[in-house]
Amino acid sequence: MLPLTHVLLLSAVLFSIAMFGIFMNRRNVIILLMAIELMLLAVNMNFVAFSKYSGDMAGQVFVFFILTVAAAESAIGLAILVVLFRTMRSIDVRDLDQLRG
Amino acid sequence: MNWTLLIFYLVSAVLLVSSILVVTVRNSVYAALALMLSFFSASIVWIMIEAEFLAISLVLVYVGAVMVLFLFVVMMLDINFERIRQGFWKYSPAALGVGVLMVLELSAVLLSRKADFDKLVGPKPIQAGSSNIEQLGLQVYSNYILPLELAAVVLLVAIVAAISLTLRKKKLSKYVDPAKQIAIRREDRVRLVKGRSS
Repeated sequence: MLPLTHVLLLSAVLFSIAMFGIFMNRRNVIILLMAIELMLLAVNMNFVAFSKYSGDMAGQVFVFFILTVAAAESAIGLAILVVLFRTMRSIDVRDLDQLRG
Repeated sequence: MNWTLLIFYLVSAVLLVSSILVVTVRNSVYAALALMLSFFSASIVWIMIEAEFLAISLVLVYVGAVMVLFLFVVMMLDINFERIRQGFWKYSPAALGVGVLMVLELSAVLLSRKADFDKLVGPKPIQAGSSNIEQLGLQVYSNYILPLELAAVVLLVAIVAAISLTLRKKKLSKYVDPAKQIAIRREDRVRLVKGRSS
């Protein structure tokens, strides 16, 4: 069996890469959604690892629900993206200034 | 070095490289494909820490469904990537700084002597005749039955929201609203012009 610290370090690095991606791709909404999925993956990996190594199934049940909510979130996010592209003809974050007062 | 550790290092290298590709590659289609690869490698890691059901559902839900959704959206929309990529590397020092800082902080916490993970019970070996999915099912359908139902409601809401957002009204018949018909005024339809008699 793997040492727990290895898995935790892997998920920490994965989370930081996703954070880096959010900083770099602040204009492209699609890549932003993908980076959020990567962050959720890193968090889920922490949950699974701790659930296994502390002998408690509750963590895995939680991951199950997080997967459900993340799937719903990405579906609605992409639907909003499609509607946005239809009205603005662009997904550049710089063009989204309709609500500016 | 034993085989398990070697495979773990290999898979996590693939996971990290593909996730770096996701956030830096120029074309969003390649980003979606790299995201598929990273989810697949993550599911291999989950299988190695004996969470088989979640690993398989990660492949089914993400690689099977969510990634297809991403690919569809990326390919359907005609996006000008050149304009979006302008000034991509402008904030890379700040991004790298934040990323490296987060890695250092998290590893400092995880590798410090205070984080004594030996106090944990340690992985319990699964007995013969039982399995990960059986234990998970026992929990989900007994202690967590209300959250399960709520998750179903969340999925229903997601379906309704996604469809109602993207649905376009299409005129299927030549039906005319009678209320609008009788509310019509003469001024809307008839315009009198003064003709010049020659």
